[in-house]
Amino acid sequence: MKVLVPVKRVIDYNVKVRVKSDQSGVDLANVKMSMNPFDEISVEEAVRLKEKGAVEEIVVVSIGPQQAQETLRTALAMGADRGILIKTDDAVEPLAVAKILEKVIGEESPELVILGKQAIDDDSNQTGQMLAALLDWPQGTFASEVVLEDGKINVTREIDGGLQTLSLQTPAIVTTDLRLNEPRYASLPNIMKAKKKPIDEKAPGDYGVDTAARLSVVKVTEPPVREAGEKVEDVAELVTKLKAKGAI
Amino acid sequence: MAVLVIADHDNATLTDATHKTVTAAKAFGGDIDVLVAGKGAGDVAAAAAKIDGVRKVLHAEGDAYEKQLAEAMEALIVPLMDGYDALFSPATTMGKNVTPRIAAKLDVMQISDITGIEGTDTFERPIYAGNAIMTVKSSDPKKVVTVRGTAFDAAGETGSASVETIDAPAGPFKSAFVEEKIVQSDRPELTSAKTIVSGGRALGSKEEFDRLMIPLADKLGAGIGASRAAVDAGYAPNDYQVGQTGKIVAPELYIAIGISGAIQHLAGMKDSKIIVAINKDEEAPIFQVADYGLVADLFSAVPELTEAV
Repeated sequence: MKVLVPVKRVIDYNVKVRVKSDQSGVDLANVKMSMNPFDEISVEEAVRLKEKGAVEEIVVVSIGPQQAQETLRTALAMGADRGILIKTDDAVEPLAVAKILEKVIGEESPELVILGKQAIDDDSNQTGQMLAALLDWPQGTFASEVVLEDGKINVTREIDGGLQTLSLQTPAIVTTDLRLNEPRYASLPNIMKAKKKPIDEKAPGDYGVDTAARLSVVKVTEPPVREAGEKVEDVAELVTKLKAKGAI
Repeated sequence: MAVLVIADHDNATLTDATHKTVTAAKAFGGDIDVLVAGKGAGDVAAAAAKIDGVRKVLHAEGDAYEKQLAEAMEALIVPLMDGYDALFSPATTMGKNVTPRIAAKLDVMQISDITGIEGTDTFERPIYAGNAIMTVKSSDPKKVVTVRGTAFDAAGETGSASVETIDAPAGPFKSAFVEEKIVQSDRPELTSAKTIVSGGRALGSKEEFDRLMIPLADKLGAGIGASRAAVDAGYAPNDYQVGQTGKIVAPELYIAIGISGAIQHLAGMKDSKIIVAINKDEEAPIFQVADYGLVADLFSAVPELTEAV
């Protein structure tokens, strides 16, 4: 089986973002960037499936600036086989990302695409589902377990009340949740090896997809700041204060 | 103008998230219809008909709708959208799963997790785990949005809309339901609970989590939440997780116990009305958002609190 894993370069999850004073967005200058954490989980899952012998080839693809090549190298160092960089300096919305990926899938013909359930920058949680719709493929979103058996993919999903398992026909889309696995750190030899793995460079235009934004940003602002309150000495004081507020 | 709202339910009861989504749809404007797609969901359709401001309820029945499988919901809803200018879904796992499929089929860029509406094309939504609020204007002819429940009050239940039964595509579809492990609990659901007690990694084990958190929650009639660290460590099930990628909550009272307060956790609870933090590390970031902070060993403070309330 061939697996495709799209990966996104985002602000590192430990960075405290700052809104620009002109309200045009958040400050990305000189900020540490990393692979979207959910995408790391996707790469890890693909690599584990390959290690189990269920997958022959893992192709990783990223849509973003030249530096997204580093994100692809990280995925290659984790165990992916080759990369495709679709280079653009524009912000590409999930719908356009899904349309580009649809075309990539047309060329690559994977039987499984594993995506992160959301990117931690725009928190949209859309691309996997949109891609599934465009391809008319089944989807297993928010996966905490993925099992391949008898030509089907069983996906256990984290849903509001607990866990739900679906059986998907292949080809299929899976989006990953936090508990699916714990991504590995690439070893130094694997990082060295990854430098020799091939990365194809493309542009959105090569796929004939219009990436013009459908949403225009009116402004980006700071959320209302919550002020720290007071420290209480002991449980008795806490209970007194909560009772006075009518909270208990 | 007309808006279609997707109801979130389990075939027996309608979730509060649906009422909140109707409130958001009212702010958008136009006639509001609610779609109840399920199996044996007649009671849910009747309940949806009582939501204030609803024009009519569309009730669709079928095996694939019992669990609201995304592929079936897409096949049902996409043709219905010919008659609507907007689709509003609650940002529950159902809404997050289903809605983008419909948006893609309509060639519309969805606006996820809206927290505010400024007219028929402009919406507010949090980005970067709520560390920035983005206002976006959509140029798409139809709007497809998911609604963050904590940002809107629940619509009342004094209405009496009509219920219209509609046909639903029967499939076959490319996914099938296998099983579900739903945590049975009499506790209030996190996203609608008035009080939440939430535990973190400092509790140390599942046994201690249960021993300390359950009696306190029982005493307060509270829902139980957890930090990602506590869920990852196996102290609490996944549906307890509060945060950027878990549940977004805004109860009257949120008691954070042994939670340090990573930004991803704060993203899920900082709109709570009163926040209490109990943590022995006085430098813990949770204290920066807490109305009442108690620097104490939770293993003695929590039983004492349970005793006192």
